[in-house]
Amino acid sequence: MIKEICQKYAPHKDNLIQILHDIQDQDPQHYISPEAVDTVAEYLKIPANHIYGVLTFYTMYSTKPRGKNIIRLCESPPCYLKGSDNILRKLKILLGINVGETTKDGIFTLEFTACLGVCGNAPVMMINDDVYGDLTEEKVEDIIAKIRGRK
Amino acid sequence: MSLKRIDLLICCGSGCISSGALKIKDQFHNVLQAKGLTNEINIIETGCMGPCDYGPVLVVYPEGIFYKKVTPDDVEEIVNEHFLKGRPVKRLMLQDEEEKTFITQKEIPFYQKQVKVALANCGYIDPESIEEYIATGGYEALGTVLTTLTPQQTIDIIKKSGLRGRGGGGFPTHLKWQMVHDNPAEEKYFICNGDEGDPGAFMDRSLLEGDPHRVLEGMMIAAYAIGAKTGYFYIRAEYPLAIKRIKLAIAKAKEAGLTGNNIFGSDFSFEAEVRTGAGAFVCGEETALMQSIEGQRGNPTPKPPYPAVRGLYKKPTVVNNVETLGNIPSIILQGADWFASMGTENSKGTKVFALTGDIRNTGLVEVPMGITLRELIFDVGGGMIGDHKFKAVQLGGPSGGCLTTQHLDVPIDYESLKERGAMMGSGGVIVMNEEKCMVNVAKFFMDFCVDESCGKCSPCKIGLRQMQEVLKRIESGYGKEGDIEELQRLGETIAKLSLCGLGQTAPNPVLSTIRYFRDEYEAHIRDKSCANKVCADLMHYEIDKNKCIGCSLCSRKCPVSCISGSREEKYTINQLPCIKCGTCMDVCPVKAISKIPGMHPDVQLKREAEKLQQQNQEE
Repeated sequence: MIKEICQKYAPHKDNLIQILHDIQDQDPQHYISPEAVDTVAEYLKIPANHIYGVLTFYTMYSTKPRGKNIIRLCESPPCYLKGSDNILRKLKILLGINVGETTKDGIFTLEFTACLGVCGNAPVMMINDDVYGDLTEEKVEDIIAKIRGRK
Repeated sequence: MSLKRIDLLICCGSGCISSGALKIKDQFHNVLQAKGLTNEINIIETGCMGPCDYGPVLVVYPEGIFYKKVTPDDVEEIVNEHFLKGRPVKRLMLQDEEEKTFITQKEIPFYQKQVKVALANCGYIDPESIEEYIATGGYEALGTVLTTLTPQQTIDIIKKSGLRGRGGGGFPTHLKWQMVHDNPAEEKYFICNGDEGDPGAFMDRSLLEGDPHRVLEGMMIAAYAIGAKTGYFYIRAEYPLAIKRIKLAIAKAKEAGLTGNNIFGSDFSFEAEVRTGAGAFVCGEETALMQSIEGQRGNPTPKPPYPAVRGLYKKPTVVNNVETLGNIPSIILQGADWFASMGTENSKGTKVFALTGDIRNTGLVEVPMGITLRELIFDVGGGMIGDHKFKAVQLGGPSGGCLTTQHLDVPIDYESLKERGAMMGSGGVIVMNEEKCMVNVAKFFMDFCVDESCGKCSPCKIGLRQMQEVLKRIESGYGKEGDIEELQRLGETIAKLSLCGLGQTAPNPVLSTIRYFRDEYEAHIRDKSCANKVCADLMHYEIDKNKCIGCSLCSRKCPVSCISGSREEKYTINQLPCIKCGTCMDVCPVKAISKIPGMHPDVQLKREAEKLQQQNQEE
């Protein structure tokens, strides 16, 4: 599968970031495995350590398996001023995990994100590609329950 | 396409989507279908209309009636009352404190002082339709440039307009173009910088989402002027919708023959590509950005050589911000003189600002340069939420600085802000009320910069961490005499010696808060007190025994069991183990618990004892 993703791009080093995005998006556990790194290294003819250098530089990549749904809470000042720390507290209680961890059932991973640019509706979080704004503790409870129900 | 009697514009910018705009849209589709009205009413998904705080918002044409905070339950009523019976729904319209109702979009005070140039089509057209863009005069500027102007003439128009970079630095756009234009190299590149990382800024996202063709057209005009055949959009991965819309715009333009070979029958050929970031603030810096496009870690490189000399793939490159490009088609069509007639002597045109924080009308606004902060915050932004007072405003994100009440009447332009220790940055305006602690805010920005430092050069990598340590010390009550001077010394050194813009500007929030709120720093250090009760170590909770009813709820809920007492004796907090979580205050049914500024004497005594013990041990 990794090979097929690679082949959508020309074997140039500058496609590395896009290839890594695609691999991570299509992986059921949203991460980049050591095997995937080796395959990409072979395809692009670059050393694996270069790939790890890139992987660890950018915060959106993960080398650890993650949950089905990735919750990214905005940690920027406008959200902080509007009480994102309360939302964080609520999320931690609801999910029973800390930032950077995955729930035991593998449904959620909790992360921080840089500004999502939806500051007009602060505090905000993004779950996968969907942004949820004007968060309150009740709203968060609702959103998490809905996703849990979906499974 | 048949004419329809009503155009229903639903704001589908990320802000309104986050508050449920897509559900509203689906509900309209359902209701219109059920009532057989799909032939009469046109539903258009637009980009950001600006007032995010009122979201989800709708505008109904031909009248331009504005509805705010619409929920799916309101849809049926709008269709029945407004669309069928012609009676607009008053309860969903905007009302001010004096209960004056604003019926149309134009009447709303939020829009009164705005002049839309880059955002002209944002919230007005369907961003996914190239036809709608063309219908508003889109690609006419490109046609004019390619068929009637030489590259040099194009640059001259931009020069005359006085356009300066909208991404932060304010470098004259025509100078960048001229340098690359004059370079005889065969291969040149153009990059649109859409890595809008400044917390509190979202104009680039909104423009890419709301009017992507405008940015593409601006890029093509620029590419023609400098002689580039390839252009890259570098957009941060946190903006999936912007990435989707610009990719779609490029595909549609290609389909229509607006990119490719011999555009408009001229010799100019051009292709655009999209590259995405992966979560690194420093990639907004142009040299780091180019590294990232090349598939590397986003480490900045020293300048010179400037990108105009040696940029992407070692070829001459121009990097322009999204909003800068959004201005270009309008300058070409309406003329340099028109553009230069707006703004101040050295800052021409308009600027888009993102209003956030404790301000009533959060959202996106475009105003002429030279407007005062007071007009921006109080007239356009509607002032502060609730009865709160204005305290400070952080301009330009973590690279910018804080301004206070004394600066409210300063006209906003590149120079006036710089003189006062702030900067235009990308236009993020974070408004703060009197409850905010400036030391805490400064530390928050410092934490951000420490996190985002790429680690390549020592002043930024080590120096910022030193500043963070001093701030941590001050915030947790261990501050000592000389700490303020230490922060200033470090800040000035880092600003002078850092490799790229991140490090050079990272000390700004700390330096500007020291400049304008030195007394707060001093109170934190000398009096061990945070007057605004934000810094946990410099405030404490107390139970008012006269109000306490002895219900024991606080004691039972306290996570560290530091509250004791009885129904008769009432309850007290043992200050030493208290972690200041605030649970007791939240649960108290009679509001007997309050925050008191200052470190509690018990804690102070304990710390002094610890200090003595440590000293003895050392001896």
